[in-house]
Amino acid sequence: MSMHGSRPEHGQQHHDDDHDHDHDHDHPHAHDERSFQPDIKEPSEEWEFLEIALRELLIEKGIVTAREIQDMLEEWDGKCPENGARIVARAWTEPAFKKRLLADGNKAVGEMGFEVPGLKLVVLENTPEVHHMIVCTLCSCYPRPILGLPPLWYKSKEYRSRAVREPRAVLAEFGTTVPMGKEIRVVDSTADCRFLVLPERPAGTKGWSAEKLAQLVTRDSMIGTAVALKADGARAG
Amino acid sequence: MNQRFKIGDAVVVRDAHAKGHVRAPTYLRGKRGRILRDFGAWPNPEKLAYGKPGWPLTTNYWVQFRMDEIWAGKGNYGPNDTITAEIYEHWLEPDTGAAQ
Repeated sequence: MSMHGSRPEHGQQHHDDDHDHDHDHDHPHAHDERSFQPDIKEPSEEWEFLEIALRELLIEKGIVTAREIQDMLEEWDGKCPENGARIVARAWTEPAFKKRLLADGNKAVGEMGFEVPGLKLVVLENTPEVHHMIVCTLCSCYPRPILGLPPLWYKSKEYRSRAVREPRAVLAEFGTTVPMGKEIRVVDSTADCRFLVLPERPAGTKGWSAEKLAQLVTRDSMIGTAVALKADGARAG
Repeated sequence: MNQRFKIGDAVVVRDAHAKGHVRAPTYLRGKRGRILRDFGAWPNPEKLAYGKPGWPLTTNYWVQFRMDEIWAGKGNYGPNDTITAEIYEHWLEPDTGAAQ
């Protein structure tokens, strides 16, 4: 099948979409058969069976209920980068809040109703001199209580190993160019801190409300693999 | 708590080969850096991981390294680029050979 999303209207058409062959059919297949995407993978790894066994035991023994587990999943799925964007936008518009945020992340985000329990939230300000880029080479540490679950690439061995060694190559793949003279500070999140990048405020946004500014703050700009969007909403290189 | 290092101190990450759940990444062992911030004292996660209380507390320092110190030119980075990591005090030694 083509990767470009051409959808077959009926059983035969998709062959013509892919290649201009003459239908001499030296490959065996049935034209009327539809193919399906594979379903979610069945559990097969030891840790998956352990999780199921532990979960079922906890429910069976009345320690937690199935509903409580679902509620927790729903709570975590509800955490999202928009939370971080609100924090960033407020820091851009309220200098006193920014000062508190950089001095004590936990306390400052607490003012907005966010909690980062048991961890130290460290907000790192990008400036004309320094661009921060967060990675966790040991595992997948990420400011989850604020941004939600990390993107899959953040947990990949490729990102984790390359970010520290070839940050400029990695940034280029994200479409992000940082001037050669500017310091890229790769932040390896190895312990009890969770780092959130405060991106630079885009030019041409003077007088904007925090709500409007928040629209320019992307997830990747708070990880440091990108910068905030431009005032017109376009991606900044 | 009596902290061993202060901001700006030159340090070396111990080049030890501890087994198990350790928090000093291998690529930084034996590398020279500087203390950038002090994140305070924490229960030692290398003990917490084995169900122990994590005492005594250990200071978590933010240490900054020059890219060249780690990769010696074999990477894709600029001349001013750096790496920082959180390194616990018991993984750090004073860098006596560093220029002040």
